[in-house]
Order: sequence, then structure tokens, then C-alpha cells
Amino acid sequence: MHPLAEKYLRKSSLPTLFCPGCGHGTVLNCFIRAIDDLGIIDGLGLVSGIGCSSWVPVFVNTDVLHTLHGRAIAVATGLKLANPRLHVVVFTGDGDCLGIGGNHFMHAARRNIDMTVLMLDNYIYGMTGGQVAPTTPTDSRTQTSPYGNPEPPVDACKLAVASGATYVARWTTAQPAALVKAMKEAIRHRGFSFIDTISQCPTQAGRYIFANDDPTKLLEVLKTRKISCAQAAKLPEKELQDRIVTGKLFEDNQKQEFVAKMYSLMETAKG
Amino acid sequence: MKAIVIDEIYCKGCRLCIMNCRQNVYEISSVRNAKGYLIPTPARIDDCNLCLTCEMICPGMAITVKGDKDEE
Amino acid sequence: MKNETPGEVKILQGNEAIVDAAIYAGCRFFAGYPITPASEVAELMSHKMAKNGGVFVQMEDEIASINAVIGAAWAGMKGCTATSGPGFSLMQEGIGYAAVTETPCVIVNVMRGGPSTGQPTSSSQQDVMQAKYGSHGDYEPIVLCPSSVKELFHLTIKAFNLAEIYRVPVIVLSDEIVSHTREKIRIPDRIEIVERQKPKTPAKDYKPYKPLSSGMLDGMPAFGQGYNLLIDGQLHDEAGNRAGDNPDISAALVKRLCEKITRHAGELVDVEKAYVEDAETVVVAYGSVARSAYAAVRMAREKGLNVGLIKLKILWPFPDNEIVSATGTAIKVIVPEMNVGKISREVQRVCRSEQRIVSLPKLGGVLHTPMEILQAIEL
Repeated sequence: MHPLAEKYLRKSSLPTLFCPGCGHGTVLNCFIRAIDDLGIIDGLGLVSGIGCSSWVPVFVNTDVLHTLHGRAIAVATGLKLANPRLHVVVFTGDGDCLGIGGNHFMHAARRNIDMTVLMLDNYIYGMTGGQVAPTTPTDSRTQTSPYGNPEPPVDACKLAVASGATYVARWTTAQPAALVKAMKEAIRHRGFSFIDTISQCPTQAGRYIFANDDPTKLLEVLKTRKISCAQAAKLPEKELQDRIVTGKLFEDNQKQEFVAKMYSLMETAKG
Repeated sequence: MKAIVIDEIYCKGCRLCIMNCRQNVYEISSVRNAKGYLIPTPARIDDCNLCLTCEMICPGMAITVKGDKDEE
Repeated sequence: MKNETPGEVKILQGNEAIVDAAIYAGCRFFAGYPITPASEVAELMSHKMAKNGGVFVQMEDEIASINAVIGAAWAGMKGCTATSGPGFSLMQEGIGYAAVTETPCVIVNVMRGGPSTGQPTSSSQQDVMQAKYGSHGDYEPIVLCPSSVKELFHLTIKAFNLAEIYRVPVIVLSDEIVSHTREKIRIPDRIEIVERQKPKTPAKDYKPYKPLSSGMLDGMPAFGQGYNLLIDGQLHDEAGNRAGDNPDISAALVKRLCEKITRHAGELVDVEKAYVEDAETVVVAYGSVARSAYAAVRMAREKGLNVGLIKLKILWPFPDNEIVSATGTAIKVIVPEMNVGKISREVQRVCRSEQRIVSLPKLGGVLHTPMEILQAIEL
């Protein structure tokens, strides 16, 4: 076993349930490295919702709350407010975070509560068999859009920034080194951090959206489509249609953080 | 002394290591693990530059790359 | 605890009593959302939590509220939320999660006229079945039913204690009348508070869902204490790992979750009886209706009728044995309630077939008058 796996994974929950070639396994791999570099295993609170994304923290040998579909961020808010010393990291999916969980996502970003939300984005509801999701590209055929998806997808990063998040980034599982670095920055950032982590789903999104269930081919797609935000800035909007803009998209270290404000108000109230 | 250890139990034969290695170190072998997946093998270990991409990208954390980067 | 001096006499609104009692019981986390007729709880919590070193947060909706309370519980804080019918419906999934993860928490439902938006400013007792069966799946919440401000104070404290002992969500089922009534209450000299216990088993050997020989769980750990807890809403084994594919482990878990309440039903009895020893007619009442029922029974006794009353303060688990013994001599049992007749069916279930169970429902949001109940007694 890799020494980091030996050190950080919850043996009783192994082997992981991810499909062969699933990008979520890479995210777990990167997360372990990030928390190892930061040295924060004692004092971590991982919270997840429901879906393939939400299984990632279950495999980490630390305190984990595997909660309800869409509600991880609300639970994480209570956890962090009750124990501000915890490093709270939320693992969620594109459906879990932006569909059913959209309201909680928006308000946590608005509050700028100190937590890191890793949204594992595979453009589909994977666990349930491949239904259309808020990030599924238009016209894609999925289990619930057999004639093509009639809806446009949402840009989670733009939504995060507009809602008030103060660290927003997007990376793909084709960029593991950058992903580790971003996870560390996001966790260190005091405020609401959000990483849109594009992750290949060979079994559902692969078969239905990309007409290819080979994980290596899907990673090729990610590598071809990704474009740095610096390069993207030089291109007109319509040329970015099928591109995945990666990088640190927004950072604000000045905005008041929520938990600090709450506790300062509490001090004043005590008089 | 470089070595790549692949833990067969955690390998699911996805080939992301083979595809992402810029040094073309890997090949698929004809060895199947207990679950029936074909395991990769570091056929050209001497070409490995210890970039650790395969280690980081492996969804099963099945790869351990050993070696001293300073020696490269 | 800044608010209460033993022996002090106060005039409190019901909702106010909930807040003072919660703080007395050690509650230091409140997450809620405004809804009539429970909003005063959130408003007063927003003042008093901070003054007592606690956290108040108004969440974006009721679903977020119950989930935040659950998160706070796993960070080590006693927490509660307060709502009414529509919000209580929204919270059911969260209540089920608290039940299966054995998260102690208190949910106050100040019942109002339903269904749906219903009658926001009128009282009812329509949620009595929802309080027990509201979430999907098999589980056993504890449900308390106060009929006065004093009872609201005592039962709210009891709710927090029971939540800690049994590691369950506990529901305080108030109603608009009790919550909006102002009454005199004398703060008691001393009420025992059950403090959160750390597990006895050392962290490296600790399994969160392995019961002790008593059948109860070993303390309530918190995040950040080194237990590496895996808390999951799926059916799980003793370590917290998913076990839904194992029928034996799955069945054993659900059985244990229910039996930890049903096996202790005897300890979970809280009723008040009046004049039942020789009663030919017994009135079974709870909540604000019990106030009218008491008056009716006293009036009946003055008229020389052999009438008794049993008032339920813990509604669920239902006090089967207490109902049977209190109605032992009765040939008629009357159940007045502000709903279509729900607890009357429970009474019917436990009473003898030759006893006549008279359901006395009242809809529309108006409390039974003592005269209405007396008329049913005399009929």
C-alpha cells in the first residue's frame, strides 16, 4: 500500500467503490497529499452529501459526516459554528451541490463561512445511473434526457463568485499536481473556498454524454478542453463554449469571514 | 535506484498511469489480478523521471514510485 | 446560567419559557427559521444565546436549520430548533437522519392549523401522528406534549435530558395556545441536567455504534477528539461502515434503534391523573385541550358524576399501561383533541372492546370549551 494510503485511509471501508478509471479516486489521492502537506489530520471535519462524490471522505480515517443529499453544507455550517477550530471540508457533487443543495451553497458562499467545498463535477447524477444534472451540457442524451438535454448548464464558479465566495478555482483530474496545490490554498484560505473539480465518470457521463467509456479517452477530452484562465481571457466568449476554464478564478482575502464575525458579536453581547 | 511498485489489490486496470506517463514507462501486462483486471507494468523504469504523475493520478492509490529525485 | 434564579417567579410567554428552559438545560446552539407561531423562540434565542456563550444562527430554511443542529451536535454542542407545521414537514428527513445516526437534538413544533399553510395564527393538535411517524423508515422519537407554560419549561429541559440519555431526536410538541399564553412560573430550586458524556472506551478501540451491555451507546463523542468517527445515514455496522447489503446487520440496527425506546417505555412515562380511581367516565387529554378537560372534569365531579382525567405529557412512546390502568373502571373514555381524532385511535387500541371510546374532535382552530367536554361527559 502507498505510505500515504497506509497513513490516511480508513482500512475498514476499503476497497473504494469507485468504477475503474473514476476521477473521484484521483481526487481522494490528491486530497490525502494536500492534508499530509498541511499536517492537519487532527482537527479535520469532513462532511459529504449523497452521490459518488460523497463517498470520497468515507475512505479517509478522520471524523466524517456522510449526510443527506444536498445538505452537507448546512451540516458543515453547524459543525464549524459549534467548533471553529475544526478544518471543515465538504465533498459534494454537481447534482448534490447545485441541484438539491443549491440554496445551502448560495447562502454559505454569501456568508463567507470558513470552509472548503470540493465539488466533484462529472456533469451527471452518476450514483443513480446517469440522469441529467445542472452541469450537463445542452443536448446531451442521458437517462432522463433521451431526446437531448433541453436545459443549459450552470457555471458553478460564476455562481460561487456572485454569491460571495472568496476563493474560487476550477481544476480537472488531468491536473493532479495543480489540484493538490489548489486544495491546500483553499483549505488555508480563511473564508468560503470552492473548487469545481472536473472529474471523469466513465460509466455514466462517459457512456451517455461523451459516447466513450474509456477513462483514458475521457482524460484526453479534459486535457484538450482545459484552458487556463489567462489564456481564456484573451478569447471571445463564444470560443470558450466547450472549453473548461481552469485555474484560480477568484480570490478575496479582505471580506469578513462569518464565524469570526459571529463570535465577535457574541463577545460584544456578553458585555 | 528507481522502482515502481504496483499494489495489485487496488489496481482496477484503468490505464490512466500508462496514458499520462510522459516518459512512456508503462505497458499493460498480461497479468490479471484477483478481480480480473489487467495490471500495468513499468517496462521502461530507467526512463522514469520521478515526476509522480502516475502516483498522483491513480484512482486506487495503487502506485508507489521509489527513488531519489536528486539523483536524476 | 444567567437567566434563572431558583425561587424566582416570572411571567413568561410559552415560547419564552422554551428558550429559558433550553439554556437552563445546557443548549448552546440554536439554528432556526421564522414561522408563526414559533418565531418568538428564534427571536429570543437571538438575544439570549450570545449572552450565554451560545451560537444563534438564522439559517436559510428549516431544512438547513435541522441539519445545522445535527452538525453542531457532532461538534459537541447541545442544540435545538423550533418551527411549526410547514417547517416540521421540511425537517422530517433531517429528523430521520438524527434518528439513524443517534444524534441528540431537540425539535420544537408549535402546532398550528393545518394542513399545508393552514391557519398560521390558530392552534391545533393535528401533527400528533406526524411527530411519531413523520420521517420515512422505522425509528422511535420521543414526543413531549406540554399543556401550560410551566410544563413547557419543565418538558423542554426534560427533552434535552432524554435526547442525551437515549441519543434520539426529541420533539417538544407545543401548540399555538400554550406557546402564546403568558403564565406565572416559579423557577424550581434544582432540576437535574444530563451532561454529555465522553465515551468510556479509549479512542483506538471505540466503535460509535457498539452498545454497552446496558443496550445503550457508550457516551457521545465529538469531532476533533481523535475518534475518527464515521457517521452515516445509511444502515451501518458498529464501526459506522455501510452494511445495507447485509440483512442481519441492517435488521439488528433498526431493531436496536427502536428497542432502545420501546424497551424503556416504562421509564418514559409522564402522565397526570385526577379522580380516576372510581371513574366511570375518563377523559384522555393532552396539550392545551387538557386545560379545558380539567375544568370539565371538576365541574362534572361537582355535579356528582364519577369522572376522571388522564393528561399525557409524554405522548410517544404511547403510555399503553397507564391508559389501561387509568381507564380500568371506566365504561366510557372520551378523547377531546383539536384534530380529526388521532390519539383516540391509540386509546381505542389499548382499551377493552366493551369500553366505549368517544372521539371528540374539534377543527377550525378554536379550543374545546369546558362546557363542550362536559356535555360529552353527560351524554
